[in-house]
Amino acid sequence: MTTNTELDARSSIRWLWRQLTSMRTALILLLLLGVAAIPGSLFPQRTQNPLAVSDYFKSNPGTAKFLDQLQIFDVYSSPWFSAIYILLFVSLIGCVLPRTFEHLKGIRAIPSLTPKNLNRMEFHTEVVEGTLDGAEAWLRKNRFRIRRDAHSISAEKGFMRETGNLLFHLSLILVLVGVALGSLYGMKGDAIINVGERFINTPTSYDVISFGKLQSEKSLNPFSITATNFKATYDLVTGAPSDFKLNANVANEIGTTEKSQVVRVNSPLTFGSTKVYLQANGYSPLVTVRDKTGEIKYQGAVIFLPQDGNLTSIGAIKVPDMQPQIGFIGSFTPTYERGEGGGAISSYPEVLDPRLLLSIWTGDLGLDSGNPQSVYRLNTSEMKRIGLKTLKLNETHDFGDGSITFEGWTPWVNLQIVSDPGKIYALLGSILAILGLLMSLFTRSRRIWIKENQSKSGVEVAGLAKNAAPGLENEIASLVIKMKG
Amino acid sequence: MNSSDYAYLSNYGVYTAMALFAVAFVAHAVEVAFSVRNLEEKTKFDFSRTKRSGDLGTVMIVLGFISLLLAVIFRGVSAERVPWGNMYEFSITGALAFTGAYIFALWKYKIKWLGLPVAISILLTLGTAITVLYVPSAPLVPALKSAWLVIHVSAAIISGGVFLLANCIAGTYLILDRYEERGGRPEWALKLPSLESLDQLTYRLVALVFPLWTFAVIAGAIWAEAAWGRYWGWDPKETWAFITWVAYAAYLHARVTVGWRGRKAAWLCLFAGSTFLFNYVYVNIWGTGKHTYSGL
Ligand code: HEM
Repeated sequence: MTTNTELDARSSIRWLWRQLTSMRTALILLLLLGVAAIPGSLFPQRTQNPLAVSDYFKSNPGTAKFLDQLQIFDVYSSPWFSAIYILLFVSLIGCVLPRTFEHLKGIRAIPSLTPKNLNRMEFHTEVVEGTLDGAEAWLRKNRFRIRRDAHSISAEKGFMRETGNLLFHLSLILVLVGVALGSLYGMKGDAIINVGERFINTPTSYDVISFGKLQSEKSLNPFSITATNFKATYDLVTGAPSDFKLNANVANEIGTTEKSQVVRVNSPLTFGSTKVYLQANGYSPLVTVRDKTGEIKYQGAVIFLPQDGNLTSIGAIKVPDMQPQIGFIGSFTPTYERGEGGGAISSYPEVLDPRLLLSIWTGDLGLDSGNPQSVYRLNTSEMKRIGLKTLKLNETHDFGDGSITFEGWTPWVNLQIVSDPGKIYALLGSILAILGLLMSLFTRSRRIWIKENQSKSGVEVAGLAKNAAPGLENEIASLVIKMKG
Repeated sequence: MNSSDYAYLSNYGVYTAMALFAVAFVAHAVEVAFSVRNLEEKTKFDFSRTKRSGDLGTVMIVLGFISLLLAVIFRGVSAERVPWGNMYEFSITGALAFTGAYIFALWKYKIKWLGLPVAISILLTLGTAITVLYVPSAPLVPALKSAWLVIHVSAAIISGGVFLLANCIAGTYLILDRYEERGGRPEWALKLPSLESLDQLTYRLVALVFPLWTFAVIAGAIWAEAAWGRYWGWDPKETWAFITWVAYAAYLHARVTVGWRGRKAAWLCLFAGSTFLFNYVYVNIWGTGKHTYSGL
């Protein structure tokens, strides 16, 4: 009884395996993978555009909840998407590995026997003056693999076709391994630093950071980057950026000598498998806040976030050391212009005529409440507004409890720091895949047979081209001419 | 000459090419319409009647190609970069690649009969480009400044040209197949190649460009890695490039390993080609994501 069910189980597993590794299943899975990728391009994805996802939730709460259960907002990491490609690659392995072993064995093998009836083949002719020796000479010269029997020759060419085909499919597996390694052992984070500041690669230096499933904080490379100069160039007419260039002093380990390097949008810094990209830029106004007695309570560059292409930027200045606490909601315009509604906007992204617009708040900043706060926003729930002011460069405003001075500005840059140890395998796999494809698609694979005619003198010649590849007819014609001559 | 002179020259090149393609269109239409009229015996044709018209069409298409080539080059000179920065430029370069693929196929496979659908397609593409998609010549945003732009986009555009050509042939296959099923080809289609050779030609073209398309996708990933810090992010453009890749791989598998021929294969090819077009039109214009550089 037991053995029977065991047998049943084993044979049904074997049956399943055969189904899975059949060409038809692979084809269906392949098409299914294409179809499954579609929803992710039509609906916003959390990994790319979390804001659009929350907007979608706001405007269609019912549908959004339903779609979310189907993981429509996380398509590419969803179990159903993963299931398809994992099945596809199991199928791929199941089909390609046995074929690879078969093919390796075939390297030494000689072509199979000449079939009995050659006149059924695609190309078939009879050559009266031909001999097997003449044919063999021609075939050898043209690098066919030959099997010479007593009364016939069986020859084939185009071994590279299957080699290329297998190389291609095996390389796809390598690409997938690379992708998997990247998602398990990778790391990605963002940090905004003012020009003049130093970034040290520790978790606390980041604004956002995320690690792969099998990766931890300890793995961060010990490097530091000091931003020494940043230059953005814009088109004078349209204001569109034409170049961003960051000069930085870079040290591989803190304390080692620094090297000066240039970072551009398409040329990141490299530390082993970690790369540092220049992703965005903006301005930090420099301010000094004094209390009534003139004592400095805050001084520094405050990072403001750009709101448009001309870098109209907003941010918050918090001064917890004053009694009562003071906060400013600020807007910085590098090139000031009065907007349509009377508000201030920037008309050009470079600093030509800067203004700092402030609304001044007093009360409790809420920093001790324990809830984490954005450094770019002021929590005004416990505060009262006491004034509004637009400052020109070097201007000071006295707001009663103290004063604020607009001293200048410094640019900031957003560094994106990414480590992906798998990408080299993905790249290698891709290159091999293309090589394999070229070998497979452009090698013509064909067979030629020559058999002595039993009844009459001369030989019979026949050929078969795999996949109806062109050119065999001409090849046979030149073989025939050679045999006659 | 300064940059706006070159931009004007480029526009004149596009207009000239359109005029030439329009003549080619008429010439091929005449060739097709009058070639087999008034013949008693349908199996014997006198092509000499319209051969000159067909030849005129070919000459016009070659001249149109040259004119368009100059237009694309001047556009690049005027913007001081490769002319692939927005939808307008993609369209004129794509039309150039398509014409080039046709001329190549004409020379290699003798498929002059395709002149009519090809002339129509190019005219439509250029017409849309110059009316709807036109944007003035301007430099690129920093993320587009890369050698990989040249490599990736040229590979993608050439692939696109050949994909569209394969689609024209697969479409012709399906139309003729329909006629034959209903009792025979109409007169104008009698001199077109047999269904088998159309089927085979479609396969050849796809097999020819599939490696190039694979390369275009990989080059795009390398460029994305250099510019954005990740080689693959399932951005809509990337997703559809992947879908196109999978669809053509499915086509090749269906033909080579499952043995699909003819009608089913032609439909699959049309489907794969339409995923490419969808990517080009929909994702460029209405999509969101890092690749939306249409300039509209
Ligand atoms: C489970 C997955 C897969 C299996 C079992 C499989 C199997 C095969 C086999 C047996 C061939 C033989 C061709 C010949 O006999 O000459 C082939 C060809 C090919 N496969 Fe796959 N494959 C799989 C996945 C893929 C994928 C994911 C792609 C790419 C997207 C792909 C692209 C190709 C191409 C381009 C050819 C060449 C077709 C030709 O010779 O014209 N395959 N595959």
